Amino acid sequence: MLSLIRSIFYTFLHAFHKRETQDYPEKMPYLPPRYRGRIILSRDPDGKERCVACNLCAAVCPVDCISLQAAEGDDGRRYPEFFRINFSRCIYCGLCEEACPTYAIQLIPDFEMADYNRQNMVYEKEHLLISGQGKYHGFNFYKEAGVNMGVKATGGGENENQPVDLKSLIH
Amino acid sequence: MKYVFIIAGVMIVVLTIAAGLIYVERRLLALFQDRRGPNRVGPFGVFQVVADMIKIFFKEDWVPPFADKAVFIMAPGILITSIFLTFAVIPFTDKFLVLDSNIGLLFFLGNSSLGVYSVVLGGWASNNKYSLLGAIRASAQMLTYEVFMGLSLVGVVMMADSFSLREIVEVQKNGWFVFPQFLGFMTFFIAGIAETHRAPFDIPEADGELVAGYHSEYSGMKFGMFFVGEYMGVTMISALITTLFFGGWLGPAFLPPAFWFFFKTGIFICLFILIRASLPRPRYDQLMEAGWKVLLPLVLLNILATGAILLLKHTT
Repeated sequence: MLSLIRSIFYTFLHAFHKRETQDYPEKMPYLPPRYRGRIILSRDPDGKERCVACNLCAAVCPVDCISLQAAEGDDGRRYPEFFRINFSRCIYCGLCEEACPTYAIQLIPDFEMADYNRQNMVYEKEHLLISGQGKYHGFNFYKEAGVNMGVKATGGGENENQPVDLKSLIH
Repeated sequence: MKYVFIIAGVMIVVLTIAAGLIYVERRLLALFQDRRGPNRVGPFGVFQVVADMIKIFFKEDWVPPFADKAVFIMAPGILITSIFLTFAVIPFTDKFLVLDSNIGLLFFLGNSSLGVYSVVLGGWASNNKYSLLGAIRASAQMLTYEVFMGLSLVGVVMMADSFSLREIVEVQKNGWFVFPQFLGFMTFFIAGIAETHRAPFDIPEADGELVAGYHSEYSGMKFGMFFVGEYMGVTMISALITTLFFGGWLGPAFLPPAFWFFFKTGIFICLFILIRASLPRPRYDQLMEAGWKVLLPLVLLNILATGAILLLKHTT
């Protein structure tokens, strides 16, 4: 009997505790920078698309929500002709971000993507592409890649040695 | 004509309180569980009740084809009627009451016994094994607790020397009955929870085991009547506790007597909700055992002691 009264009293004390409820629409919850929300495509510091249409994100995607078509520009640089993410399928696992060799595809802390129309959940490239660099400032894939794409000369990268002259006898 | 106004007034007040309790209970449960509760519809969510009511009024009022139609429809009506009739004898203030009967307390006990029929008939007419199990439990539980619900009030009646609820309140001018009749108050409160089958004694409708117990097959406004009937029962028991043990409308004169009555009743309604928020449901046999083996002897002891003390006072 005493324990019953004690538990009633303890329940009563909960009236003065802090609320657990998140007052979501009025007060936005804090989302950490690594929160996996809406997917975006970022750009180089010099404003070019980072995506090189390698298809790794589409390959790793467990629900096959990413589809893209590779194309090649006049300078020989690959870019996606279209890039489509079906967010009604996406499970926000972040594997595409991990697979991406150029840090092009990124998940950002934004989850307000509800819509009344299912067709609106399919995001095309113009919806995905942002003008900024996302989480990785100053990263330019072609500065570190071996291939010369007009960003830097072959062997001129930051952590890059000069190419090996296979025909030389010294090596 | 005056009676029509009073009766209409009591019915409107009771229905409003019962409907408002749906909101109050959800808010209070949230308060005790560190949540916020309904706060979307209107200021602080008070119009949640209106939204719920609109919803329940427009729901399909369906009678299952296998049910005993006449009894099925009658059952929720019996519940509401028996509770409404009880409110006739409750003195809100010394002037605002429908019926100043000299058997008021017996009238209440009789009507609360009638309430068993609604549950039993509702469970029986549903023709559903879970409903029937709920009804069986309800009948056993309510019969058990009816016994010492009546007996727990005998002490009050002996001290007040009257069955009239108005007179019982007026006798308490010299001191509330909760102090000399604390045992009676405790047992009446427990019996009251069991009588209205509120948690933790909601065994007849135990959602975890019996779907929804005796009202599993009910939908629409017929379910709504069971639902509102439960809250009316809570209001009724709280009002009775106030009347019998806490001096009814009596209180400091700077506020009107009606305020004191509703204030005290409100506290007990909140206590009902607090108990629901904190205690788990006992097993069926534990409930019966507690009723017959603990509470009944306690009540009888209370009657014996009260009687002995009163007799001693009379002889000396």
